[in-house]
Amino acid sequence: MTEKKTPLLDELETGKWPSFVTEIKRAAVKSEAAGELLQVLERSYAERRGHWKHGGIVGVRGYGGGVIGRYVDEPQTYPHVAEFHTIRLLQPSGWFYNTKTLRTVCDIWEKHGSGLTNMHGSTGDIILLGCKTDQIQPIFDEFSEAGFDLGGSGSCLRTPNCCVGPGRCEHACYDTLEACYNVTNEFMDELHRPMWPYKSKIKFSGCANDCTSSIARSDCSVIGTWRDTLRIDQDAVKEYVANKFDIQEMVCDKCPTKCLSFNAETQELSVVGEDCTRCMHCINMMPKAIRAGKEKGATILIGGKSTIVQSAFMSWVIVPFMKMETEDDFEPFKDLMRRIWEWWDEHGKSRERIGETIYRLGMTKFLQGIEVEPVPQMVFRPRANPYVFWNQDDLDRSGTALDGSKL
Amino acid sequence: MAVLDQGPPHYKKMLPPIVQENYGQWKYHEIPSPGVLKHVAESGATLYSVRVGTPRLVSIDFIRDVCVIADEYCDGFLRWTTRNNIEFLVSDEAKLNPLLEKLEAEGLSVGGTGRSISNIVHTQGWVHCHTPATDASGVVKAVMDDLYEYFNTMKLPAKLKMGLACCLNMCGAAHCSDIAIVGVHRTPPRINHDVIRKGTEIPSLVASCPTGAIRPDPKNKSVIVNEDKCMYCGNCYTMSPGMEIYDPKNDGIAILIGGKTSNARSAPSFSRMVIPFLPNTAPRWPETTEAIRKIIELWIANARKGERVGEWVERIGWEKFFSLAELPFSDMLIDDYIFSRETFRTSASFKY
Repeated sequence: MTEKKTPLLDELETGKWPSFVTEIKRAAVKSEAAGELLQVLERSYAERRGHWKHGGIVGVRGYGGGVIGRYVDEPQTYPHVAEFHTIRLLQPSGWFYNTKTLRTVCDIWEKHGSGLTNMHGSTGDIILLGCKTDQIQPIFDEFSEAGFDLGGSGSCLRTPNCCVGPGRCEHACYDTLEACYNVTNEFMDELHRPMWPYKSKIKFSGCANDCTSSIARSDCSVIGTWRDTLRIDQDAVKEYVANKFDIQEMVCDKCPTKCLSFNAETQELSVVGEDCTRCMHCINMMPKAIRAGKEKGATILIGGKSTIVQSAFMSWVIVPFMKMETEDDFEPFKDLMRRIWEWWDEHGKSRERIGETIYRLGMTKFLQGIEVEPVPQMVFRPRANPYVFWNQDDLDRSGTALDGSKL
Repeated sequence: MAVLDQGPPHYKKMLPPIVQENYGQWKYHEIPSPGVLKHVAESGATLYSVRVGTPRLVSIDFIRDVCVIADEYCDGFLRWTTRNNIEFLVSDEAKLNPLLEKLEAEGLSVGGTGRSISNIVHTQGWVHCHTPATDASGVVKAVMDDLYEYFNTMKLPAKLKMGLACCLNMCGAAHCSDIAIVGVHRTPPRINHDVIRKGTEIPSLVASCPTGAIRPDPKNKSVIVNEDKCMYCGNCYTMSPGMEIYDPKNDGIAILIGGKTSNARSAPSFSRMVIPFLPNTAPRWPETTEAIRKIIELWIANARKGERVGEWVERIGWEKFFSLAELPFSDMLIDDYIFSRETFRTSASFKY
């Protein structure tokens, strides 16, 4: 391979932050495609525009997604990246790995692809970046043999992901790793064979710190919480005082509901349980002294998505508290998801995320469709207009005859 | 024959023994030094996690190097975080300092914990995407080089989470970040009638436009764009390659700030636009790195301890922020899309 110059990209090899250019160059030692990617990218840097075309349909037998077609716009100039497709692999829950598994990924990818990866994609998958069309099936076959499966792409259930959860976090209110694994396996068909109006994402966060940013980044956010009162260890509180931690300033003053009070004389911290909204601030500040209550589960929120098309939405509450016990195999959650997707599949327009469908048709119709009773936790405040859609049943129940009698 | 639908590898096979033994039994954690987390279990078991920044786009040789380190210091176990950092999982305290020395020797960056900048979540950009308005990896590299001192120390008022999306599809979901870097187009799509005639579903293309700027042109078997209505989202280009929207002279970056996704103290919030456009000055985007540094330095100088960017700005007021930051306020920063009214000030109290 003739060495070609990349003066603009070379500037991104200086500085302290690790360089993706160095990584592409490392891959280019073994892969002509990676070498040509550098050339295409250098040209993008000079021209300030991308050079990748819309994907054609590529894939593996039996699946409708998991591979994203990618082609360079000048195949004659760049024959090695004329086809440069992306493969998505389902990651293990919480992105935990042993090195044997990682080396297997590297070996298979070295044999068939560019040697470039994203660890990981925004949705959570292992991303294998750049292979030719005739390599897709062999790559899948070998990864399948090694215990891997494809992730989601297109109008399907996208690869769910989760926070580190009980694997290494004291805040986890349910088993996010198991929930993610179990739910992903339950909905393999929905994940591998796109059949909906648009994509649908689920993210599992173990507490309201929401380390997966599920509320912003997923159509269905499953956020760990508890229903009783947080627990305070007064001896540990005294330790914080002894270590000169300012409980009043850093904890009580910042509590959004002012439900915590600290008695400087007795060095005791107390909570008005019914005022607490379980935001996690005090627990984050004093993890040795404050912990969640005992009755744990998750809040289920719906509708999160980014800007395209009707603006960015954050997910909103549809079930304030749901038990998320491993023993029942997460059945209530899976049932709820089936009802939600069925309603969306029936009413959603093409390329409309579920939040947009609900917004277009109304939350009331959605709740009726999925058979969930309205509760005040679903809204910050009730409506300020009187434009209620009354149905005949409501009229029959609340109407009054002209003589004053109940109808 | 490949097995279909076998699902992800089982996470339990990936957990180090200390995690298996103390699963769900973690009691508390502390941050003994920047980039190092110490988790203590009810049993007294102690696990150190050493967090290392990565460019996200990595070669298999990088992954193999990392595996060699994990074999030597972590019994062959490691994990990645939601923000594309690696965490080396050390169960033997005696190996912690040797690991830190090894990482330093290898030139790997330890940091991203507590009151620091974590890795910037980002998208593909010019490296591999077909709709970018800017690059992703290059901008991230330039910004992180500039702000490196806030990655490997914990001297910020609070944690700082940044996101970069190279177009409005926002695959990186930058819209709820403390600081969001967003690639934007500023000119309408250029219609290639031939391409549209050859293979575009015109009704879907028309329906894809959020402002109704595209209408069918039956005579031409193509479409017409009402350019006054177009707000350059690029959704039409995703539907049809005949609607090219990239524009080297006019594409660039918008800066939005003040978002968060955690519920701690205040509800999750969207990032808000404070700079509508900065040019795509490749390869190091100096206008962008400088603008972000200024905002961060202002936040450091003015925030109370523990206040994230959005909490600080909401406390002092956005009107105050613009004067402190010496950033021009223009009509481009006033929302005129669907949910605009909720951002208008319906109160007679404000600051100057």
